[in-house]
Parts: sequence; structure tokens; C-alpha cells
Amino acid sequence: MTRPIRHTLLRLPMLLAMCALGVVFATPLLFMFAASFKHDDAIFANLASWTSYVPDAGWSLANYAAIFERSNLPLFLLNSTIIAALVVVGGILVNSMLAFSLSRMRWRGRGAVLAVVVAMMVIPFEVIAIPLLSLVARLPWPGVEAGMLTWRMGWFNSLHVQIIPFLANAFCVFLFYQFFRDIPPELDEAAKMDGAGPWALFFRIILPNSGPVIATAAIVLFIAAWNQYLWPIMVVQGEAARPVQPGIQQFFGRSNSWGQIMAYASVVTLPVLAVFLVFQRQFVASVAGSGIKG
Amino acid sequence: MKTILGRDHPLAVSGFAGPALILFGLFVLLPLLLAAAATFTNHRLVSPEPTRYVGFDNYTRLLALQVTTVAPLRDATGEVQRDDEGLRYPTWRQVRQARPELAGYRPAWQFELGERRVVLAATDPLFYRSLINTFLFALLVLPLQCGLALGLALLVNQRVAGRILFRTVYFAPVVTSMVVASIVWSFLLNTDRGLINELLRAVTGNPDAGPDWLGESSHALLAIAIMSAWQGAGFQMLVFLAGLQSISSELYEAATLMGANAWQRFIHVTLPGLRNTIVFVLVSTMLMAFGLFTQVDVMTSGGPLDSTTTVVYHAVRSGFRQQDIGYGSTITVVFFGIVLLVSLLQRVLLAKGARQ
Repeated sequence: MTRPIRHTLLRLPMLLAMCALGVVFATPLLFMFAASFKHDDAIFANLASWTSYVPDAGWSLANYAAIFERSNLPLFLLNSTIIAALVVVGGILVNSMLAFSLSRMRWRGRGAVLAVVVAMMVIPFEVIAIPLLSLVARLPWPGVEAGMLTWRMGWFNSLHVQIIPFLANAFCVFLFYQFFRDIPPELDEAAKMDGAGPWALFFRIILPNSGPVIATAAIVLFIAAWNQYLWPIMVVQGEAARPVQPGIQQFFGRSNSWGQIMAYASVVTLPVLAVFLVFQRQFVASVAGSGIKG
Repeated sequence: MKTILGRDHPLAVSGFAGPALILFGLFVLLPLLLAAAATFTNHRLVSPEPTRYVGFDNYTRLLALQVTTVAPLRDATGEVQRDDEGLRYPTWRQVRQARPELAGYRPAWQFELGERRVVLAATDPLFYRSLINTFLFALLVLPLQCGLALGLALLVNQRVAGRILFRTVYFAPVVTSMVVASIVWSFLLNTDRGLINELLRAVTGNPDAGPDWLGESSHALLAIAIMSAWQGAGFQMLVFLAGLQSISSELYEAATLMGANAWQRFIHVTLPGLRNTIVFVLVSTMLMAFGLFTQVDVMTSGGPLDSTTTVVYHAVRSGFRQQDIGYGSTITVVFFGIVLLVSLLQRVLLAKGARQ
């Protein structure tokens, strides 16, 4: 037997295992997409057959049309988009700036701050949720009434309550810190020779050379912001500021059309799936990097 | 302002470090301090009454536990009474009336030991129930998810065609939100028409096969664990993959030269090489398991019969739905203590590994 053929034969069980697991992992999502195009009566027909995942004449966009017409999904999508976009942009800015001061500037207490940031990475949000709830209930927010500056107590039912607490992110600071540390110091020296201060150094030299870590941080922040659930169900009661995850949970509780529920789930999932597929390489690098911190 | 030689200007430093540090202080550290303070008060989210200092009342209410034994009922001749289910015991109300020290206590857990019943009674039995459920869930999901992740990583690490595609497929559930995953799985786990029971019936040939996954207290937590492992395994797979790729190929070559087969190479090269990765994966999965909330909220609302109520679910129910911030914070602080212990465990395990 020639070597390549033997090689392939040895790999065969491995490939079979990969395919079997691939089917197990892909089925729930494929099922979600397939069901979203079907009439409720057709969803349960020969469920276990592969043919139920292949488009046929019965497939239509009726479920999608219905959810956009009958629910406030467009508003929830807009809210989630605004929240995620601002968390990503603001988060990249404040976290990279702190990381810059930790890796590139010399100041007293730097080591202690770095240690606190690393320690904060293990605090799950669930621990902070209840106390944070009572804190934001007491925070003031400025508004303008009849040309006068007024202060409204409490941050409930707003977009900013879903954005500001999530800008600073210990994991992102650490990602940036690791990346900046490995940028050769010669870059700084050259810029300092030209008379650049820390601001010019950061915005003209360091950030433009940090593409990969910015992409990673963007993905981490985007997915966390888009998939938020526990926090918005506590701080947002009305529909005006509601994001997509509580939106679909509420729709799931009210609707009895499985086709529409699956269409809703597909719409909510597609943006994140698309972001993941486009930035897959950076994503893999970011998760792999999180293992090193241990 | 004079700048100390070798240091950056304080204004520049605070310009860079300030925004993030203020945000961390306001939204991470301050809540933790407030939580610690709130545990000693009866603070409510919205309340006409002023907040009062209550000392350790919240902790007592949360943690108070009494172990008591209950003797079975006896008939006139002194024989123990039995029915179809075994020995007959007095109801909890009768037990409590007989023993005034048990006022306010309800059974959290009970088991039979010989001819008597041992009852763990608590003032908040739901907390102990949720603590047990949380640990039970961690125990179920830990081997399931980490084992699955290691298997996937080993497969994807092979040099076969299409491994990037498989890696993408295995990872896709991770970017799917937990809410969506929970909804899709509620559907797959449906008793009569769900795909999983449909497959079970096809495989076993028994038209009645397939449990009521989310409707029976004996199955609900397991179903959530399986679903969570599916959702999360792709993440740990990538971490394992990075660990696998950091093991030097020379070690494998040396082992092969010494006549080691694939299994021996796995035991003597791969596993020791993955030591720190395994510790990290186990601890991070455990922390995730302790935070179990969304799946429960969407799929079972803590039921059936409180079999899926977790610590975080209990904290949210008390702190948010019942607006009892003082009590919810107390649950949170106790939970935080457990989290700290687990991450301390990781430190110890890693330090041990470094010394070896």
C-alpha cells in the first residue's frame, strides 16, 4: 500500500468522528434556519430526515414578514445596534488608553493597577448585577427641560444604562496590554526624537499599528453587548430601550407560532454569526490568547 | 508642574488611565462595596420606608440551617406504620408544632437513614436547594463540556482536509446567544414532537421512549447541562487547540522513537503538556457553570419543583423581582465568596504545577 492511501485510511475513523460531531453541532442552528422558512404545520413533519433541511416549494419568507410587521423587532434591532456600536467604539478607546498607560508610561502604582485589572477578569458579571442595579437606580442623568438643565434620578429604561457600565472591560485591557508590550520600543524612541508627546505617540504610532488586537477587542465587545440578557431584563421595562435578547425572550413567551419564533431567532443570530465568519481568524486568536492568561 | 525624572507627566498619565479607572471604580468596585454594605440593611429598590441597619439578619435568614431527625408514625401497638411508599412520617407542620425551635424553618433536603428521616431544615430552603442545584449542574456540565472540548480539539488538530470548516461548525454555537440557544433547544427537547425524542424513538423502536426533558425534575438539569455543553464547548476547544499547538513536536517524535503508540503518546506527552490549559479550562468552565441563569430563566423558570433554581436565579428573584436589594446582595456576596475560592484553587493548582 502506498503511503498517502494508508495515511488516508488511518484518518478515516477520525474524519467520520468529525463529521458525526459536525452534524450534532450544526443541527440545532440548521434546524432554526430551516424552520424559520416553514409553515407551522410543516415544521414537525419528518423532523429526523435530512430532507427537512432542504428548501422545497413550501418554504417562504412569510414568517419574516410577520415578525417585522407584528412586533417591535426593528426597534429592538436598532437599540442593540446602537448599544453594541457605542460599546465597541468607546470600549476600544478607554481600554486601549489604560493599557497604553500600563505598558508605555512610567508612574507610581502602575503595578498595583495592573494586578487589580488581572484580578477583575475572574469576577463574573452575575456577581455585580444586583448591587449595580441598586447603584444605577441612584445615579443622576442630565436632561434639558424648557431650556433648563435638569437632573433625572435613575438610569432605568435608557440606552446609556446598557452602554456605560460595559465600556471598561478588564479582559480587553489585558489584551491590549499584552499587544502593546510586544511592540518594539524603537517605535517610541523614533517618535519621541521627532518631538511627539504621549498623545501623538498613541494616536499616530501605536493605535495604527494595532489592527489585530483592535479587531479582537471589537469582536469580544460586540458579541458580549449584542448577547446581553440578564442586565437589560432588570433595567429596561418598556419597549423603547429594549434590545434584541429580551425582545426574543418576550416573543417566545407570547407567540405560539414556532415558525415565527425561529425566524425571530434567526434575525437575532445572523449579525453575530456574520461578524464571526468575517473576522474568524482574529476571533480564534483572541480565544486562544485568553487561555494564556491562566 | 515639575515632572520627576524618569516618570511621565501626571496629567498625561491620568488622561490615559483615568477614564477606564473611573469606570472600573464606579461600575465594578463600588457595586462590590455597596453589596457588602447592603447585606447589613433591609434596603429595597423602591420603598416608602427608610433603609434600616439590620445587622446579620440577612445572613441568618440565608444561611440558618438545622439538622433534625423525624421518627416514623407508630400505631397503637407501637409498630411503625407503612404504606405503599414505605414508612409513614408526620407532616412537616406536625413536626414544627412539636418543636418550637423549628419555627420559621422549612425542609431543604431530606433522606432516610434506617428507620428515621433526616431533615435539613432552613429558613430559606430555596437557597440551599439552589446551591445544591448549582453544584450539581457544575458536576454535570464540567466533564461533559471539557471532555467534549478536548475531543474536538484533538480532532481539529489533525492535519485533515476541511479542519477549518469543522472548527467553524463546532464554534458557531458559542456566538449564538444563550437566549436563542435556549429557545431552539426547548423546541428540540419537546416531549412529543421534539427532534431528540423523535430520534430516541427511532433508535429504540419504542414509540413511548423519550422523557419529558424539561418537565420532570429528574431530567431538567441534565437537559440544561447537555444544551450548555453544546453551546460552550467550542470556546474551550479553541483554548485546548492553542495548548496542543504549544506542545513541541520533538516530544512526540522522541516518544515515537521510543516505541510509544498513539494512546501512550496521549497519556505521556499530550496530557502533561496540557496541564495548565486543563486547569484553566476546568476553572473557567466552573465559573461559567456557577453563573447559570439565562438557560434556566428561558427554559424552565427554575422549575419543575425548583429542580433548576440556581444561586444566581435565586439572587435575581430576590434582588430584582422582589426588589429586596439587601437580601439579593447577601446571596451575591456569598456567591462571590465561592467564586473567589474557586479562582484561589486555580492559583494553588497552577503554583503546584510550576513547582513540579
